[in-house]
Amino acid sequence: MSWHAPRNLDEALALLAERPGLVPFAGGTDLMVGRQTPACGRQYLSLARLTVLRGVRETASGVAIGALTTMTEIGCHPYVCRDLPALAASARATGAIAIQNRATLAGNIMNGSPAADNPPALLAYGAEVVLMSAAGSRRVPYEDFHGGYKQTVCRPGEILTEILVPVPPPGARHYFRKVGARRAQAISKVSLAALLVGRPGSWECVRFGFASVAPIPILARTLAVAITGSDRGLPDDAELAIALSRDIMPRDDIRSTADYRRRVAMNLVREALAPWTRQGGSNASA
Amino acid sequence: MTVSCRFTVNGSPVYGHFAPMRRLLDVVRAECGLTATKEGCGEGECGSCAVLLDGALVNSCLVPIAEVDGREVTTLEGLRTDDPLFAAFAASGGTQCGICTPGMIMAARALLNDCPHPDLSEIRRALSGNLCRCTGYTGIYAAIRAAAGQGGE
Ligand SMILES: Cc1cc2nc3c(=O)[nH]c(=O)nc-3n(C[C@H](O)[C@H](O)[C@H](O)COP(=O)(O)OP(=O)(O)OC[C@H]3O[C@@H](n4cnc5c(N)ncnc54)[C@H](O)[C@@H]3O)c2cc1C
Ligand code: FES
Ligand code: FES
Repeated sequence: MSWHAPRNLDEALALLAERPGLVPFAGGTDLMVGRQTPACGRQYLSLARLTVLRGVRETASGVAIGALTTMTEIGCHPYVCRDLPALAASARATGAIAIQNRATLAGNIMNGSPAADNPPALLAYGAEVVLMSAAGSRRVPYEDFHGGYKQTVCRPGEILTEILVPVPPPGARHYFRKVGARRAQAISKVSLAALLVGRPGSWECVRFGFASVAPIPILARTLAVAITGSDRGLPDDAELAIALSRDIMPRDDIRSTADYRRRVAMNLVREALAPWTRQGGSNASA
Repeated sequence: MTVSCRFTVNGSPVYGHFAPMRRLLDVVRAECGLTATKEGCGEGECGSCAVLLDGALVNSCLVPIAEVDGREVTTLEGLRTDDPLFAAFAASGGTQCGICTPGMIMAARALLNDCPHPDLSEIRRALSGNLCRCTGYTGIYAAIRAAAGQGGE
């Protein structure tokens, strides 16, 4: 066991270049739970002193969220609440208060759980993540970030430093809903975040990000094409369900069944689209 | 390997060399002798180990001692003895076996520090990470409302 607590980002990246096996330690809410079982021989790299990786700032095109920003900070940050309400909502749905005070956004992504609560909003908003190593930094669209179950494109020697989220145009519908066994501190059975801009026949943006319906958080591309490709209003439920079934591959597990997940996923899609299916409905920002 | 850590617990300085991944929960109980903080689940689910770290509610079973260096820890023993939550919990049936109580009171104190007059939904949200197997929660919510000066209902 060893513990390294570099004082700044350069020092952290230099250490990581020397020892790519170091495990970055952010809020620890995932790492502390698994710590006894596999690897007591682990070597940790504490990110706690890297204060540059904490906080939310506005950029020319959107909102930049530092890797170490906690769920508590994200859930009540004025920029996030104003411009990215689906992400504010998912942060507030990530565990209970004591978890939210420690859990970071990068930790939630890097842990790689298909059930994590914030990936759906990041998918819906078309976020990018910044990965940095001693050799430099690169930006990766978040929709390409998870290669497979519990895998990410983050390479040894890299850490995630920032999440960049473009701000949607005014009038967009921002949707988030998590379905779990209870309201607080439950891992999701299904969750959906959606960003919808435009209206049937003239959509500018249709993005549905799901958790817990596939081995990784997924963007429902076939569903989006079915909606944007229809020039006579919204496709009917049967068409939506067929498109959705091509995107998701839910499984039976201890929390739920594949069949239940498929039905709930469809209900959430319907709820996200509700402003355009109800008589007279036009638009409703969440 | 050990790391040296300097921090305060309830205002008293603590300095020592610790295994870095040792839990704050164990240090508080075994080294500081402060046993109000309880271990329920050991994995962040139950809140019985809740303490304040620089004023923010955390589960001490999820905090490695290396991360406490330079910081302030408050346990139940560090609250004022006349904190109205104590009398209110006793009077309103907010405690039975008592295992969850220190964590409940810490979560309630964190809430009242930020929001002195919470409504029921704010109380429920603030305590949603604290499990109780005895009271059915109503007595706990009533106690917090009473401590906040809003009567028992
Ligand atoms: C009781 C409980 C309830 C929970 N409820 C929920 C919930 O409702 N929804 C949910 O989504 N999650 C939940 N979680 C899981 C966890 O809290 C989140 O995934 C959290 O966001 C993880 O962040 P962290 O900072 O604590 O990560 P850590 O535990 O510090 O790290 C997690 C992983 O990410 C890596 N990592 C962290 N930061 C970086 C970085 N900057 N660069 C590279 N790698 C990095 C670490 O090496 C590790 O592999 C819960 C956990 C507990 C214990
Ligand atoms: S013992 Fe820490 S949350 Fe249960
Ligand atoms: S009083 Fe017994 S667990 Fe709450």
